[in-house]
Amino acid sequence: MEHTIDRNNKKKAWLRGIVSAILIVGSLWLLQRLLVPKYVDGIVEGAFVAEYYKEEKDFDVIFVGDCEVYENFSPIVLWEEYGINSYIRGSAEQYIWQSYYLLEDTLRYETPEVVIFNIQSLQFDKSQNEAYNRMSLEGMEWSMSKVNAIKASMKENEHFLDYVFPILRYHSRWSELSATDVEYLFKTKKVSHNGYYMRVDVKPAEQVPEGRILSDYSFGENAWKYLDKMTALCKEKGITLILIKAPSLYPYWYDEWEAQVEEYAAENDLRYINFLELQEETGIDYNTDTYDAGLHMNLSGAEKLSVYLGRILAEEEGLPDRRGEAELAAAWEEKIADYEAEKAYQYEYYGINKTVTELK
Amino acid sequence: MLFTSYEFLGFTAALFLAYYCVPKKCQWPLLLAASYIFYFIAGPDYLIYILATTATTYGAARLIEQNADRQSAYLKEYKAELTKEEKKDYKEGQKRIRLRWLVVCLLLNTGILAVVKYTNFMIANINDVLAAFGGNRQLSFVTLALPLGISFYTFQAMGYLIDVYRGTIRAEKQFFRFALFVSFFPQLIQGPISRFGDLSESLFERHAFNGKTVCYGLQRMLWGYFKKMVIADRILAAVTTIIGDTGTYHGAYILVGMLFYTLELYADFTGGIDITIGIAEVMGIRIQENFNRPYFSKSLKEYWRRWHISMCAWFRDYVFYPVSSSGPMQKFTKFTRKRFKGALVRHLPVHLSSFVVWLATGVWHGASWNFIVWGLLNWAVLVVSEELEPLYARFHKRFLVGKSRSYRIFQMGRTFLLVCVLNLFDCYHALSDTFGMLASLFTSGNWQVLWDGSLMNLGLSGLDYGILAVGTLMLLLVSLSQRSGSVRDKIAAKPYAVRFCVWYGLFLIVLLMGAYGIGYDASQFIYNQF
Repeated sequence: MEHTIDRNNKKKAWLRGIVSAILIVGSLWLLQRLLVPKYVDGIVEGAFVAEYYKEEKDFDVIFVGDCEVYENFSPIVLWEEYGINSYIRGSAEQYIWQSYYLLEDTLRYETPEVVIFNIQSLQFDKSQNEAYNRMSLEGMEWSMSKVNAIKASMKENEHFLDYVFPILRYHSRWSELSATDVEYLFKTKKVSHNGYYMRVDVKPAEQVPEGRILSDYSFGENAWKYLDKMTALCKEKGITLILIKAPSLYPYWYDEWEAQVEEYAAENDLRYINFLELQEETGIDYNTDTYDAGLHMNLSGAEKLSVYLGRILAEEEGLPDRRGEAELAAAWEEKIADYEAEKAYQYEYYGINKTVTELK
Repeated sequence: MLFTSYEFLGFTAALFLAYYCVPKKCQWPLLLAASYIFYFIAGPDYLIYILATTATTYGAARLIEQNADRQSAYLKEYKAELTKEEKKDYKEGQKRIRLRWLVVCLLLNTGILAVVKYTNFMIANINDVLAAFGGNRQLSFVTLALPLGISFYTFQAMGYLIDVYRGTIRAEKQFFRFALFVSFFPQLIQGPISRFGDLSESLFERHAFNGKTVCYGLQRMLWGYFKKMVIADRILAAVTTIIGDTGTYHGAYILVGMLFYTLELYADFTGGIDITIGIAEVMGIRIQENFNRPYFSKSLKEYWRRWHISMCAWFRDYVFYPVSSSGPMQKFTKFTRKRFKGALVRHLPVHLSSFVVWLATGVWHGASWNFIVWGLLNWAVLVVSEELEPLYARFHKRFLVGKSRSYRIFQMGRTFLLVCVLNLFDCYHALSDTFGMLASLFTSGNWQVLWDGSLMNLGLSGLDYGILAVGTLMLLLVSLSQRSGSVRDKIAAKPYAVRFCVWYGLFLIVLLMGAYGIGYDASQFIYNQF
């Protein structure tokens, strides 16, 4: 009799333990989902990196880099004009070590023909801002690339565990939760167009400040190390690495920096395109093609740059026109429809009148 | 490693697991290894200090005990042959030898403490004196690392040595066991200052896994983290703001600062002790309580019986009693009793002894004059209270207020306010600032800051104030509930669903409302440099 009671008590204790554990894990998971930023409105840049994983991964061109790639090139135009299947793995102030590990992460799924890296981030030798780290890293799926990216990116006051359990980082966000946090608890919203962040509004570049004098114009050792790693990785995988400098007028791009990149590209037999020097060729007009006074391109500027870049990729790098692939073309049709819809929405939102022909 | 760091939590969790997985005979060696790893992580250079204290105290205690044993054996062997005088001479001779060992070891270890903690304080004072006499030469300050918990482990080791000398306890024969007593890591951060007699049994005995003990220990830790992270670390922002700018924050702000600091000190220190006791409890080790709801004290004397109990008991047993029973003090007592009449004069030797205790307590708390003045002010208030006791008694009798509830509440409020004022000496390191800020309470006349929204500029939002208010209310309710027995026992008597909701709820409060991570400057525990 006693033996049976004892066994029943033990069973009861086990059951309690299991139910409690499920409740704890479940509620913590739910809380974490609720508290992490959703990046579906306002600052949407934190959502870009994660969107890649939902794609059919068969891209010919992968862009890596900071806002100078995700705001300045439109994969839709590359497809429409040249049949190039491309994706931008960009994120806000993406540091070069993050670009490297994002590329490494991409190569877990596919091997593109061309990788395009914007060299603006060479100016940083260590991470500057935790918020940017978060926006670049949190969206990555877990792999050794993500682990290494976090380790390479963490500032002194950051902790690896905070990336593993983001609730530890966002624990106090409960006081600023909005309806969006509840709405997107279990779902997400696409905010980019193959990694491209669209803005149609216009703010001409009028007074661009001169760059301040620096004590040392040399790029840091760490930055070079990751550029070397990226070059080596591309060589190893048979990928063509193209270095670019987007035509952003600010932050200032120094001649001394330009010389170092040119020398590196020459030494490593890499194509380097500095769009700042190609204003005439690309047709960029800083009165109409930027939405923030020269920092980033708007849609008009991004489309002009994409047309120019697409020609190089198609004609000089020999990338195939894949518009004839029915399945891929169908997928792009949907993307183009989304792109056009947002274009129309934004023109209306910003009060810009465009005719249907212009929109096309 | 701070109590609130992930590293500490990981370290402790791994230790708990290992503690119940290793053979029971290996439990205390495992704790020793863990304690030294903990100390090594805190600073590899610190190891030399704790090792020096451990080795010298162990050696001195063994020598003292061997001498005492030899003395007993000799007297037993020659009981018949020796005259009473010879026995007395022999005993005194041996006692002198033991005293020599004791004094040498005490001087050595307090010397280490004094050098690392007080050298720059001494240099600053010498420089002040030199400057006062018009000297141009100034001594340079030295850079000395203050080993983690040096005051705690030094006092713990010295207490042990004195107990061995007094014959209260037997000296520990195994060096490594003694090393664990000195270095037991949860105590290194904030104390308490344990006695060998109290701690050793449960520290070295073998512990089988006991669900209830483990659960209780974890609950105690959680409550400590609540106090520390939800209250102390949150209110710290306002305290730092007020203390950091005497030009802006004076007058009514000082009242707010005093209250906030007193709350922070309580939540931080008692929270740390809860974590320490909880960690030990998970492993079946019993550490003495260090607090007994001190803010319910009705007098400063009572407060010091209920606040930092282990430190007060240490000073009582190892400073007050030796000083008050020393030869010169006995002579002085006889002298005053013979020559003078009146309570004050009769109490004078006791007051003198307690003066020494409070001077030492002040010095122990920190290497600056504000702590010394803080100690002496405590002493002065205690002496005045003691001497006015008959007057109070007459007042209570005359107005029949002595036992009324409202009067008791008044006494508690008065004592709390007094403690708040005394704590101000802990806040400002320059005495001129402390006195200046105290005076500004009566001269600034800026009472409107209490309601005109100025308090929202102290680094705390309305939400922070709300959390602090609820947190403080929880502290108060738990303290009130403790008067009728253990809160954990009361919760344990409830159905499982209620227990789960209480403890998991508290965990969520700490997780979501704790002031930790980026954006919060997780402060060092206030007491971990003592």
